[in-house]
Amino acid sequence: MPYIDVDKDLPGIRSLMAFRPETAEPLSALAEILLRDETGLSRADRELIATYVSYQNDCFYCHNSHGEIAVCYLDGDRDLVNAVRRNYKEAPISDKLKSLLQIAGKVQKSGKSVLPEDIDNAREHGATDRDIHDTVLIAAAFCLFNRYVDGLASVAPQDLSTYPPRAMQIVEKGYGSHIFSKAQNVKLKV
Amino acid sequence: MAYINLENDLPGIRGPMIYRPDTGAILNQLAEILLHDEDNTLSRGDREMIGTYVSSQNDCFFCQHVHGAMAQHYFGCDTDFIDGIKKDFRSADISEKMKSLLAIAGSVQKGGKYVTQEQISEAKKLGATDREIHDTVLIAAAFSMFNRYVDGLNTWAPQDRQVYIDRAPMRAREGYSQAGLVK
Repeated sequence: MPYIDVDKDLPGIRSLMAFRPETAEPLSALAEILLRDETGLSRADRELIATYVSYQNDCFYCHNSHGEIAVCYLDGDRDLVNAVRRNYKEAPISDKLKSLLQIAGKVQKSGKSVLPEDIDNAREHGATDRDIHDTVLIAAAFCLFNRYVDGLASVAPQDLSTYPPRAMQIVEKGYGSHIFSKAQNVKLKV
Repeated sequence: MAYINLENDLPGIRGPMIYRPDTGAILNQLAEILLHDEDNTLSRGDREMIGTYVSSQNDCFFCQHVHGAMAQHYFGCDTDFIDGIKKDFRSADISEKMKSLLAIAGSVQKGGKYVTQEQISEAKKLGATDREIHDTVLIAAAFSMFNRYVDGLNTWAPQDRQVYIDRAPMRAREGYSQAGLVK
């Protein structure tokens, strides 16, 4: 049960965004710019960073939502997304992305956990300043989103089959106001 | 020294905000609504204090002193009063309701799942509305982001606390919408 009186037909962060549309606007804009921009990092890379941080924060709603969006960008390769969740160091991804996930994992713990050697390692594998900047901010932003979603005990659909249709919508339309202004046709288990 | 070349020498979050102004503008917009917007039953001082407390728990020097100076400005108090709240808010001379909100913020700082039904019930019993609880959680979550952005990129911070106190009246007057986006 959510800690505050939100629309019970909306899951996760969408119920919170509908509760307070004024803050929903910059939060959606932040997700849109960080996850859909394609300068340097691909959309798949960005969603994998978001999924990994959310998984480390044990945020069911966020890691399943963004994991499914990553699956869409990876042409349905759910095994790869699961491999990143489980142990990215052994996953079939580039060494550059591994080095960025290492930075994201540090940010998830705290800003000060990021060390010069983490940055040097990423540079050695070809990461630019902009790639590093975006990785830190995506990881930091998911420390916000995950805390927002779980700190208010919003409801996450337990039926994993409800996540792929939503993911397709995000892939097609992005993180606009549609994510919180319309009810979703799924059954919520409260 | 920041870990990346920010192409400017501004302190704290202002460095990466100018480095990437399109994300910087959105972060400002979020800070403006959460901390400065008048349409809120939590005072500006209380909202800044929540941000200060979370930043202090995250050991983020820049954020805790920027926002501590803001809270000090709004409260009209001295630095010791702010430091007392950061150190032990339960024995500080603030309302029981504010203490219950700081307890929630402290849980959010650790992780979303640390917030308990008991903490929420206590805050509601002391008069906190759903909207105030929402904003407390979101402010604490937002500072969990800001603090990581500032320290994760190893930005520099002025060490003299007076610098932060001197800037606070200007920031209170102008708000966060355009903050730091002008070199």
